Amino acid sequence: MYRYDKYDQAIVDARVAEFRDQAARRLAGKITEDQFKPLRLKNGLYLQLHAYMLRVAIPYGTLDSRQMHMLAHIARKYDRGYGHFTTRQNIQYNWIKLEEAADILAELATVEMHAIQTSGESIRNLSSDQYAGATADEIADPRPWAELIRQATTFHPEFSYLPRKFKIAVTAANEDRAAIRLHDIGLKLVRNEAGEEGFEVYIGGGMGRTPFVAPLIRPFLPADHLFSYIEAALRVWNRNGRRDNIHKQRIKILVHDLGQEEFTRQVEAEWQEILKNGSDVPRAEFDRIAAYFAPPPFETGLSEEVDRSDPDFALWLDQNVKAHKAPGYAIVNISLKPVGGIPGDASADQIDLMADLAKQYSFDELRVTHAQNIVLPHVRKADLHTVWQALHDAGLAEANLDLISDIIACPGLDYCSLANARSIPVAQKIATRFADLGRQRELGELKLKISGCINACGHHHAGHIGILGVDRKGTENYQLLLGGSGAEDASLGKITGPGFSEDGIVEAVERVTDKYLEVRENGERFLDTYRRVGFEPFKEAIYG
Amino acid sequence: MKLLTGNDLPSGAVIWWTGSGWSRHVEDAADVGDNGEAILQAESGARRVNGGYVIDASETPEGPRPAHIKDRIRALGPTVRADLTLKPADPEAGSWVI
Repeated sequence: MYRYDKYDQAIVDARVAEFRDQAARRLAGKITEDQFKPLRLKNGLYLQLHAYMLRVAIPYGTLDSRQMHMLAHIARKYDRGYGHFTTRQNIQYNWIKLEEAADILAELATVEMHAIQTSGESIRNLSSDQYAGATADEIADPRPWAELIRQATTFHPEFSYLPRKFKIAVTAANEDRAAIRLHDIGLKLVRNEAGEEGFEVYIGGGMGRTPFVAPLIRPFLPADHLFSYIEAALRVWNRNGRRDNIHKQRIKILVHDLGQEEFTRQVEAEWQEILKNGSDVPRAEFDRIAAYFAPPPFETGLSEEVDRSDPDFALWLDQNVKAHKAPGYAIVNISLKPVGGIPGDASADQIDLMADLAKQYSFDELRVTHAQNIVLPHVRKADLHTVWQALHDAGLAEANLDLISDIIACPGLDYCSLANARSIPVAQKIATRFADLGRQRELGELKLKISGCINACGHHHAGHIGILGVDRKGTENYQLLLGGSGAEDASLGKITGPGFSEDGIVEAVERVTDKYLEVRENGERFLDTYRRVGFEPFKEAIYG
Repeated sequence: MKLLTGNDLPSGAVIWWTGSGWSRHVEDAADVGDNGEAILQAESGARRVNGGYVIDASETPEGPRPAHIKDRIRALGPTVRADLTLKPADPEAGSWVI
């Protein structure tokens, strides 16, 4: 993974010192909250329901054990013993004090971490495929490109005061594990007929109040022109984006209003101008970055055999462990969705354990997924049982990857000042209702996503089953959506009808799954059955 | 009744105006009547509160009860982690919020 050079470290250290001064001036009353707020947001520091919340960047979800141990240390020393992994592959702490925030950033800087541009009207954390560098189905590791964009867009002077936040995702496989078409810019690394690397460029996706699946703006962008093209898109948006209405400021609104053809024309024209400047990142610089992502020294001649005699281990093996490109290795998914637990939360002890396992069994590397789980990308098959045993003892061996209890849920009204309803209790009740693993496996792949407000941090638009919490005359109410997908078959969920109480939504979800089992054919996934039979049979099952 | 609430600037903790100062406990909150904005302006200027606002509440035998669930969650803590609330040992605390 990428390692800071002296310039990277100097930038982060200077940022810590700058923020320390800004926070001190706020505490001393030398700047107002209105003046301070955009500054602290650009360092990932929110003021939430109970305290300040800090969002620490985990670039494209990749980190090592040293960094993971630091996250555990931050949880213990400055928070209340846990952290929350997010739908953008970051981590959040909910109980932060402003007077300690600079100290936290200083400690993070010692392990090449920061909270820069994790909030505010800036280019946010780059997200990517959690199996990058480990999966056989990718063109190449997309993360060097994500790192290149990260560096080029951090403190970029032209894009420091954007109309709104901006989110970019990069993948390199046909299976989209990063929901690229639901990002402002989604990039898929491909090869053309001549074998040259380039990107399919999708622009204008997003969820929130007005969801859109991004159209394909450019079918093939030569890889070396990645940054100049992104610049062109950002310039067109920066110039034309609506700053008058907070609900219409995202680039997706501009793409929709102009239309795909006109938006593309403007971006291409701007790009031609930018190309005259020769401002693309030199290939030598990309190669310097890419060298950090060279594959680890995989052993050869390893056994492919795994002893399945332990039935609990076998269930976990079948559900959570995925094929690796190197013989004798496997990709391990650690579910942070224990039935009845809080999706995406991990205690400091659990974070330390995952760090230790990564160091010993996964070439010292972990990934955070946008589904709020953790991945150990490079585990020898011979070590799987040992890893599972350690995870099991720590309450981290729920064998539910991509099953109905593997729920994406935002923090909701229990933590978030933007929320209208609580999301975590709904996730807990649904997971508990479907706790039986046999029942879950019978239902198969079923991605359920819950948001506590219309901002959609829980990705409810992209859920096979989505739930949106709203405030209905001062009472929490939950709308049900069906048929969304954040994968390469991206689609937006459809609201079924009137909303439900907290207990009512659990019943409604069960009626949906019962109907699915009744009408599915040939082992179809829920999503496939829904797309085949349509909305009406499910609507009738829900409402009668 | 009207309560004045906000966050403590250095710590971010939820605080409630008591009539003479700020408390972390909503039971200590005073009815500010029509004076909430004036108090808020003075207290914000003195940095004794951050992000303050006035809310509706009802008087109950247990003390003031904020009208909106969001402020009840602010008053107590997350409903999903009783151990992190201001009343970790109180089995009735969760039902007060909801």
